[in-house]
Amino acid sequence: MSGVRVLVGTHKGAFVLSSDGKREKWDVSGPHFSGWEVFHMKGSPADPNRIYVSQSSSWSGQVIQRSSDGGKTWEAPGGGVTMSPQGFPMGESNKFVYDTSEETGKPLTTHQFYDGTQKPWVFKRVWHLEPSLTDPDTVYAGVEDAAIFRTTDGGHSWQELPGLRGHGTGPQWQPGAGGMCLHTIILDPSDPGRIYIAISAAGAFRTDDGGKTWKPINRGLKSQYIPDPNAEVGHCVHHIAMNPKRPGVLFMQKHWDVMRTDDAGDNWHEVSGNLPTDFGFTIDVHAHEPETIYVVPIKSDAEHFVHEGKLRVYRSRTGGNEWEALTNGLPQSNCYLNVLRDAMAVDSLDKCGVYFGTSGGQVYASADAGDTWAPIVRDLPPVLSVEVQTLP
Amino acid sequence: MIRVMLPTHLRTLAHVDDEVTVEVQGAVTQRSVLDALEARYPVLRGAIREHDTLKRRPFIRFFACEEDLSHESPDAPLPEAVAAGKEPFLVIGAIAGG
Repeated sequence: MSGVRVLVGTHKGAFVLSSDGKREKWDVSGPHFSGWEVFHMKGSPADPNRIYVSQSSSWSGQVIQRSSDGGKTWEAPGGGVTMSPQGFPMGESNKFVYDTSEETGKPLTTHQFYDGTQKPWVFKRVWHLEPSLTDPDTVYAGVEDAAIFRTTDGGHSWQELPGLRGHGTGPQWQPGAGGMCLHTIILDPSDPGRIYIAISAAGAFRTDDGGKTWKPINRGLKSQYIPDPNAEVGHCVHHIAMNPKRPGVLFMQKHWDVMRTDDAGDNWHEVSGNLPTDFGFTIDVHAHEPETIYVVPIKSDAEHFVHEGKLRVYRSRTGGNEWEALTNGLPQSNCYLNVLRDAMAVDSLDKCGVYFGTSGGQVYASADAGDTWAPIVRDLPPVLSVEVQTLP
Repeated sequence: MIRVMLPTHLRTLAHVDDEVTVEVQGAVTQRSVLDALEARYPVLRGAIREHDTLKRRPFIRFFACEEDLSHESPDAPLPEAVAAGKEPFLVIGAIAGG
């Protein structure tokens, strides 16, 4: 019988939640990497047992680990399962160095800081890991300060794709409140050369040549917190989602505004419609219905908790503009949680499952596309990310 | 034989439970001890010192013999008691939190 594996990153470690296809009873494993911030973990579509995890701490920096057995055991890539003669892990997986080579990295100098001055790029952490659709050893990493890296050796070594920072608008990029992070990477299954990424606060970008060259794709976005609300870059894009069966259509939760494009990002238009507030972080698309999308409205950019003390997922079955509140099984009073940008995911079982994690440590699941909800766990550390693997 | 005590998170990362020991050839300094430590536990590269620059990470401190050595030259000799293996070289995570 098929099943699901929910990968949860939290402020103090990672958890793996497993269930069969009914999604009623759950096994909880963890915390893995106890005490470390786990910004993201994600499985390889090419090999579901291969899972990559980004663990970091303010003290000790960035570490990438991976599992080759579905999350039972972990290793720092580099030495495989080989241990040193003393029995210690041999991996060296935490080296992310910006390209400063004469050929490709020399023009990559500074970005804008909060106060408008220019600052050099300094690596902080990996926000998002996106495994290749076809090769378990190839993974893209979105990092803070914003850049995209790639490994082709299973996470042992990482190289920047410098064309993103080098395309010319870097000095206009600026950090959002959470830092200047590249938080979204979407691989187009119909075109191996096409990748979408998003940065807070620079905006969305697309490559059509596998990452050599990039262009901003922000036409139609309007942001009142930058001098020119319609500028080419500077927008605080919080997250982007795509149904892989319809790659040219993307949905975006911007700082404020829910947006949609039907031409691979060349033009966006707003679909916030009747949402109670169009501020938020996360957004996702139903696995089988490309016009069914989900958001969790947050009260405002100053008040990062759900509106009116009610935890409500909003669903549109019309590709936006017309939204319904999904509340069955979710707290509807005295609730002041947040749901972060990478903390919602869907499975691809026949009846699409939807999952999200909260700042209060709950992970909620719906096995009926959002009609009803139940917590899988209630008391984890604050949840940073949620991903789902649908298992055969 | 140099004794090194790591903070909890780095002990977890290196898969060690307690104090570790390393062999250092020549002068016993912060640099030579950390070089030996990272050679034995490669996963610690970048977790104590920055890659490439080898500067101490901002929230990491070095103590030994009840002294704060964090701002000493990385090439200054460590106390004789550390070199003799009588006292550990302490890698500390700076206090933060409430």
